[in-house]
Parts: sequence; structure tokens; C-alpha cells
Amino acid sequence: MLLTGCGQGKNTAANGVVIRIGSVVPLTGPQSHIGKDNDNGARLAVDEINAQGLKLAGQPVKLELISEDDAADPKTAATVAQKLVDEGAKAVIGHLNSGTTIPASRIYHDNGIPQISPSATAIAYTAQGYGTAYRVMANDAQQGKALGQYAVTKLGAKKVAVIDDRTAYGQGLADEFEKAVKAAGASIAAREYTSDKATDFSAILTSIKGKNPDLVFFGGMDPQGGPMSQQMKRLGLRAQLLGGDGLQNINFLKLAGVDAEGVIASSPGLPLAAMPGGPAFKQKFEARFGPIQVYAPYAYDAVNVLVAAMKRADSAEPAKVLAELPKTDQAGVTGPLRFDAKGDIAGGSVTLYRVKNGAWVVLETVK
Amino acid sequence: MDIFIQQLVNGLVLGSIYALVALGYTMVYGILELINFAHGEVTMIGAMIALAVIGALLGAYPQAPALLVLLAGVLAAIPACMALGYVIERVAYRPLRRAPRLAPLITAIGVSIVLQNAAMLIWGRSYISFPPILPHGSHTVLGAVVTDLQIVIVALSILIMFGLTLLVERTRLGRAMRATAQSREMAELMGVNVNTVISITFIIGSALAAIAGVMVSAYYGLAHYYMGFMLGLKAFSAAVLGGIGNLAGAMLGGLLLGVIEALGAGYIGDLTGGFLGSNYQDVFAFLALILVLVFRPTGLLGERVAQRA
Repeated sequence: MLLTGCGQGKNTAANGVVIRIGSVVPLTGPQSHIGKDNDNGARLAVDEINAQGLKLAGQPVKLELISEDDAADPKTAATVAQKLVDEGAKAVIGHLNSGTTIPASRIYHDNGIPQISPSATAIAYTAQGYGTAYRVMANDAQQGKALGQYAVTKLGAKKVAVIDDRTAYGQGLADEFEKAVKAAGASIAAREYTSDKATDFSAILTSIKGKNPDLVFFGGMDPQGGPMSQQMKRLGLRAQLLGGDGLQNINFLKLAGVDAEGVIASSPGLPLAAMPGGPAFKQKFEARFGPIQVYAPYAYDAVNVLVAAMKRADSAEPAKVLAELPKTDQAGVTGPLRFDAKGDIAGGSVTLYRVKNGAWVVLETVK
Repeated sequence: MDIFIQQLVNGLVLGSIYALVALGYTMVYGILELINFAHGEVTMIGAMIALAVIGALLGAYPQAPALLVLLAGVLAAIPACMALGYVIERVAYRPLRRAPRLAPLITAIGVSIVLQNAAMLIWGRSYISFPPILPHGSHTVLGAVVTDLQIVIVALSILIMFGLTLLVERTRLGRAMRATAQSREMAELMGVNVNTVISITFIIGSALAAIAGVMVSAYYGLAHYYMGFMLGLKAFSAAVLGGIGNLAGAMLGGLLLGVIEALGAGYIGDLTGGFLGSNYQDVFAFLALILVLVFRPTGLLGERVAQRA
């Protein structure tokens, strides 16, 4: 065992130079199914590129994807990031959560390594001015704005109540939503708070009911959103429940049960079927790994963006790749891929869904 | 006004669940002066077992009457938790009965971690949803919405508390429990089998925890391996608020904590003009606890326990 293990440490393989790319996601914990999904998306892209054969500076190179587990924990994320740097990773695809991506981004920045997150949406990630931090998904500002405008113009909300779970994601999204609602001319009737571990919302929902809003927005995840929609029905609070991508998943439908009916939530990007390369990707991916959870196409695109930059630079040297990343302009599975000055996806879209007969149905996609 | 009544209802339902769990803490403390930190996890195990049985039954017989399925779940959870309570006491506390008081406290925390991780391995890390078999009926009382489930939770809690009080005050076993609480050695000299009494205390407390666990998962529609932690902490606070070691105190403390939490979360934002929000809900509840303890260190109904010679 030990003897065979030794060969892996070398950075030259029989067919040329090996370039290490990190892939960091939670592989354990409650979000591990989403983490594995991202990792599989990245792996699919890496294997395809290796199969086609990649040449940099006239030499054949092989990509090696190193999968690391950050357990969705900010502290572990920093440790793992440092480990990847020490192992000589030339670039990193990840992390999955905003809470882990932000602390890790500092380490990649300090070491000048490009980082492309497939799924971190918090505004703060690219607002640090790092120049190494990119993402291929619309951020919470874009999502919050789309949700706020939709609530007022399409759903006709005039009085809105906002609840958030006090996490970087939930609070950030709720703040952006609130701004957009005010800008669109509706009023905020209540701003309430809970935590990402709570299950009882009856007190804040009763207080909200007393203010008679026509819409309740929740910035948070499905373990809270599920019971919240049940408790709204129970208390006779007839306002529309609206949420972000934290609610737009299968688990929410399971937890909310029949009370999920009619809930509206958004998710960055296009629905898979409407993505330019969606159906083809789905077929490829599912033949090998099984059903797509959520963000796998974004992880796939992130790898392709990175490798395209390496090809343009004709090198895997982080500094040269970083110089090429802003020039990205290509068609990905998820849509056109271009970055703005901060590293956010330019013109990212947001899709709204409504629960109908126990399933998420696409309402519309907002640019 | 109807909002106030609604908040009171919210608080009472939450409070009666706290009270039921708090009874388990207070019974054990009353007799052993031990804080059984694993009690919250027993609640969680109860919920998980009930959900597993309900899920399996519904899978095999989708047309089975809901009440029967629910009853089967509860009837599976109660003996399982009773056995668990007995084993916990036998394995983690009894060998340490003569050890310094910190030792069983540490094993208590250890047992709680073991149970959490065991549940995680058995039932996974995802949230498990409660199947939609419960009646959805609701009534409007004085402008507040009260559901059938809430009525059942509060009524069942009160019934159980009443029954437990009768058991402790009126039966031979209850007398043995009170005697053991006053002085273990003296009770032993009077012919009380102290070990049996302590085991029974754990078994009864765990049965209550199982019922509370099913109530919590039915009320909120989900169960999770981590759910026992916060519930245990709140119930423990309720027991301290009411005076730990005192049965009526645990009930009062539970109900009071539930109501304070609901009213705090519901009104703090309006009363302070938005300066403090509902994020201070827990602060409010624990502030009440601190204030009570400052002025009555033994809790609301607790009596001063004489130092044992």
C-alpha cells in the first residue's frame, strides 16, 4: 500500500506535466449531497478535458482534481484552503457555501491562486477586491433585486414582512430584497429575525399577522422554511411566502408538505432544461453519476472557464491565468460566461419558481 | 387583543412541551442531584423511533388509519426510550454514584454526544419530515387560531403532569421516591430499594421525554438528530426557573418560559420601536431566568436544600 502510494506525489506523469486543481465542497454533513454534486460536475469537466488532451506551451499536460471536504464549516474551509496551497494546487473550484468561500478566498488571494466558486452567492465574496475571486452564478444582490421587483410589480405586494435567519446568506439576501422592495415603492411592514437552528416561528408570525402584510419574505434555508410555511397556514396568515434559493429545493417540499403549495422561490441562473447546454449536460452527467442535485452544471462551467484561461495564457502559472480570466467570454452549459470588474458573472439571470401540485414549476426567468 | 391571545396560545403550547421535558430533568435532579444532560437526546431518540415506525407502517399499509399509525409510533417510542433511560443510568451514572459530583456531569455530556452521533449514523444527517397524517382542524377562540393538535398537546401535557403528581404524592412508589430524594441512606435503612427507585425515576422521565419528542416532531413537522440539544437546554432552564427538583416548579417554569419567549419575540420589536428585534427573543427568556435567580436563587417554587451531612 505504502509503496504504491509514493508515486502519486510526483508532478510529472508518463504523458507529461500534471496540473493540480482543488475542488472544495462539503463532502460530509447535511449538505454533503449538494457538495458531492458540485464535485462530480467539476470531475466530469476535468475528465473530458483530459480525454481530449490538453497542451500548454507545446507540452501535453494532465489535469488532476483534488477533492477536499470543508464540511460547510468556515474554520475547516480555511484549513483545507491552506492544505491545497501547500500541495501546489494551481487553481481552486469552490467552495460551495458563501460562509466557507469567503474565509478561504483570503488564503487563495494571499498566494495568488485563482478561485472560481460555482455556487457561493454572498455579495461580500467578490466585494473584497481580491482579483483572484470569481464566480459563475448570479449573486445575492442580483437575486434579492429580482425577488423584490417581482414581489412588487408582478405579485402586487404593497406591505411586505421580511424574516431572515441571521446567517451571511440569509441576512444578505433579505437586505437586498428589502432595498429592492422599497425602491419599487412598497413598504416594509415588519422585519423579524430567527436563527438557522430554530423550528418555532409562531411568535414572529403572529406579530407579522397583526400587521397584515400581503407578502412574507424569508431569507434562509429549507429546514426553517418548511416549518415556517406550515405555521403560517396554521395561524391563518394568508400572505404569500417568498424565498430565495435556500427554499428552492426538494427538501423544502418534503418538510412543508401540503403547505408548500403556492410558495414562490427563486434560484440563480436558468432552469436546467432552459440552459443552452442543459439537456445534453444532464444526459452526460446522469449516465455517470445519477441525478443532478443543483449546482453541478456550474461546477462544470467553472472548470471550463479556468481551462480556457489556461489555454489563452498557454500556461497553468496562476499569475498568467489570472491575467486571462477577466477576458473570459465563452458559451457555457449554464449560459454565456463573462465576468464584470469584480469577478461576478455579467448579466446573470434569476429564475422564479412556484410550488404547484407538490413540485417546483418555472414561473419566469429575470435577467 | 386577538394578537395577544394568539401569542399566549403560542407560548402555552411551546411551554407545555418544555414542561414535559423539564419534568425529566427535575425528577432526576430531585433524587440524585444530577443534571442528566442526555435527557434532551432521549427526547430526540423518541421522536426518531416514532417517525421510523410511522414511516415503515405507512410504507407497508398506506391506507391504515392515521390515529392507529400514530399510536403505534408512540407506543414503540415509549418503551424504547424507557429502556434507553434505564441503560443510561445503569451504564453512565450508577458506577459513578459515589464519585465527585463533576464526574457524572461529564459522563452525562458524554452520553449526550454518543446518542447524537448514534442517531446521526442510524437516521442520517438530513431533516426527516413528519408524514401528513395529522388532522388539520382548527378553531377560532377569542380571535386566536387554535388547532386540534395544539389542544391535544396542551391537554395531554396537563394530564401527564397531573398523573405524575398523583404518582409522587399518593402512591407507595412516590413515597419511596420522596424518601430517596430526602436522604438516600436513610431511605435505604427504612427498607427502600434505592437502586430500583432511581431506575424507575429514569424510566418514567424517559417515557415523558419520548412523548414530548413525538409531540415536538408532530407539531413542527420534522425531526433531526440535533433537535434534542436546544430543546434540552430550554427545558433545563425551565426546570431551573421553576426551582429544580420541584415537580410543580418544572411545570410552572416550562409554561412561563414558553409564554415569555412568545411574548418577548412578538412584542419586543414594537415596544422598543424597532430598536431591538425578535433576534433578542432568547435574550429575553434568559434575562427572565437570571432575574428570577438573582432574587430567588432556588427558583420560583424551589426550597432551599439543606447541605447533607
